[in-house]
Amino acid sequence: MAKANMDPKKVAMPEQDAKKRARNFYEVTLGYTDEMAVEEATRCLECKTRPCVAGCPVNVQIPEFISLVKEGKFIEGYKKIAETNALPAVCGRVCPQEEQCEELCVRAIKHESVGIGRLERFVADYAIEHGEAEKIDIKKNGDMVAVIGSGPASLACAGDLAKLGYEVTIFEAFHTPGGVLKYGIPEFRLPKELVATEIDGLKRLGVEIKTNMVIGKVLTLDELKEMGYKALFVGTGAGLPKFMNVEGENLNGVFSANEFLTRINLMKAYEFPKYDTPLGQYKKVAVVGGGNVAMDAARSALRLGADHVYIVYRRSEVEMPARNEEIEHAKEEGIEMLLLNNPTKIIGTKEGWVDGMEVIKMELGEPDDSGRRRPVEVKGSEYILDVDAVVVAIGQSPNPLIKDTTEGLKTQSWGGIIVDEETGATNIEGVYAGGDAVTGAATVILAMGAGKISAVAIDEYIKLKK
Amino acid sequence: MYKVLERRDLNENVAMLVIDAPFIAKKAQPGQFIIFRIDEQGERVPLTIADYDAEAGTVTIIFQKVGKSTVKLAELKVGESLLDFVGPLGKASHFGEDIKKAAVIGGGLGTAIAYPQAKKLHSLGVEVTAISGFRNKELIILEKEVGEVSDKLIITTDDGSNGNKGFVTTALEAEINAGEKFDLVIAIGPLIMMKFVSQLTKKYSIKTLVSMNPIMIDGTGMCGGCRVTVGGKTKFACIDGPDFDGHEIDFDEAMRRQNVYKAEENKSFEDHKCKVGLDGGNK
Repeated sequence: MAKANMDPKKVAMPEQDAKKRARNFYEVTLGYTDEMAVEEATRCLECKTRPCVAGCPVNVQIPEFISLVKEGKFIEGYKKIAETNALPAVCGRVCPQEEQCEELCVRAIKHESVGIGRLERFVADYAIEHGEAEKIDIKKNGDMVAVIGSGPASLACAGDLAKLGYEVTIFEAFHTPGGVLKYGIPEFRLPKELVATEIDGLKRLGVEIKTNMVIGKVLTLDELKEMGYKALFVGTGAGLPKFMNVEGENLNGVFSANEFLTRINLMKAYEFPKYDTPLGQYKKVAVVGGGNVAMDAARSALRLGADHVYIVYRRSEVEMPARNEEIEHAKEEGIEMLLLNNPTKIIGTKEGWVDGMEVIKMELGEPDDSGRRRPVEVKGSEYILDVDAVVVAIGQSPNPLIKDTTEGLKTQSWGGIIVDEETGATNIEGVYAGGDAVTGAATVILAMGAGKISAVAIDEYIKLKK
Repeated sequence: MYKVLERRDLNENVAMLVIDAPFIAKKAQPGQFIIFRIDEQGERVPLTIADYDAEAGTVTIIFQKVGKSTVKLAELKVGESLLDFVGPLGKASHFGEDIKKAAVIGGGLGTAIAYPQAKKLHSLGVEVTAISGFRNKELIILEKEVGEVSDKLIITTDDGSNGNKGFVTTALEAEINAGEKFDLVIAIGPLIMMKFVSQLTKKYSIKTLVSMNPIMIDGTGMCGGCRVTVGGKTKFACIDGPDFDGHEIDFDEAMRRQNVYKAEENKSFEDHKCKVGLDGGNK
């Protein structure tokens, strides 16, 4: 093996200039060149213990693919990832690698880890640009499986089942597949064309996608079984937005992050009037929350032309659930972080439009159940933040449609479907579930991991029934 | 793609389309709605289902040409298709037990949405008084259809051009004063009409259901754009409704929220009219 590159830092990721990108929807990070990728790959020590692989929810063979990148075999490197991961271009961009593979990287003990995510993205983009869409011949076994929803959990489950020979049909409620990858994560972090390309890859595996099908309404789980589907996977996500329950929350100009982002990402409101769906013009926007969704909404508001965008978060930056990279990007673009601040009411004009938000200052007290220090109000510290729009990004609950229309399906009090963790099996025979529908809002990659686990379990279940 | 099998203009502003949508037709119930999208650039627009035929596999929608999307929808010819058509969404109307006599009130286009309710109640053996109000007699729609599923049909016009001047509230109050005992009132139409009907029926303590049609995107509980305040609590019209108790709704808030995108919608509509003009004259 050639001598390893012992540079303590990752090869820097080229990015669009912060001022410029804050006003456009093009991708923020530009991706490695061939040379940068090879150079970064040589930082991998190819250690025998492979700790990184243990940190990957979808078991990507990391040292193996990086080794191929070192040799300039980019397409082969892509194929190595694709063995276990149906969406490399997506994962290379939106996985929290710093908490997974990269956190466990031996190089991370002293310095920066190997840029595993950046390399994954590189080979995926390379393959999309240079690779040929291969015709994949899979011997079909004739058994039908229905997958409900088409977000990351469902796509991962569908892909693995299709590779095993199942006739997989995905039922999607929206007019286009992809779930949160399409409606939630913005274009500037995850170009929609890439999502479509990776979904096309699944179609080549023989996965059929039926859009405009709201399962629970147009067909129930029982009816799908009667139609011949031997097993069902429910990956319907965390679609129900939470609100703060403060005065003024139904004023014009108050949005759930879901509505705000769906208008922009799925319906392309940023191209209004070329696209018919509007969003309106807001100049001073407050986004409430500290997760990735809050960062996405704030950065989108800026790109739509707001002069000033605030993140209003009741804890401090350490407790923010958003990825560091997203927080940094947001700050560089000019988002103002109002930490240890919590909204108490939204103030309206006579005509019912947002005219400001009353906010109270907070301080950190004793740790709460989540282990994070509990924010406590500072008495009398209320002030008015001058804004004309408020986006509420404080989380989502699982979508209730399947629960409400499936008699006997066991769920948590907050709506999550209860499953056996080893298999994703629900209490109803032949019905599996995974992703945010089970856990509440989490990450793309955890959902994909859950989808893969259920694919294995569904395969075993169907074989056992024979 | 969802094919147009039949189309008809009911008046100069209101059109009816029968759409090939067998899965939806099989499940649809009165009170439920669909969401359509005309083309790749189109918005997602909710419309209450006006009729359905499970055997024929068809869903009927009746709508007013109020903006770009509905004008384009009305321009579709038999044999052409919509890009997206999804449903049935929302909860089916729940009328309650022991209803013997009901007043089903439609304001303008609301008559089309009230029609399946009247039809259902009529089929359940309920005595139905239908009251439909229009601005003038040229705008009257579904007179024959509603007449067939009601025991009594009263049509009012704002200008009196059909010989019965007045609002639906005037007609309803006259019926009540004449001694009619309604167990249920269903009111569907513009928010302002539903508000006044609800105020009237509250005075007489008659249970009243209204059908809300707020702005929404997905129709499955995801965006929260359709929130309405009912009895002081926030509800989502798409999954908790669209039917709600008229006595509990904050209509003033609903009217305000209906106007969130007025400026943008007008712009979109004007742009569309200009384009159609450039393409060789407004047909």
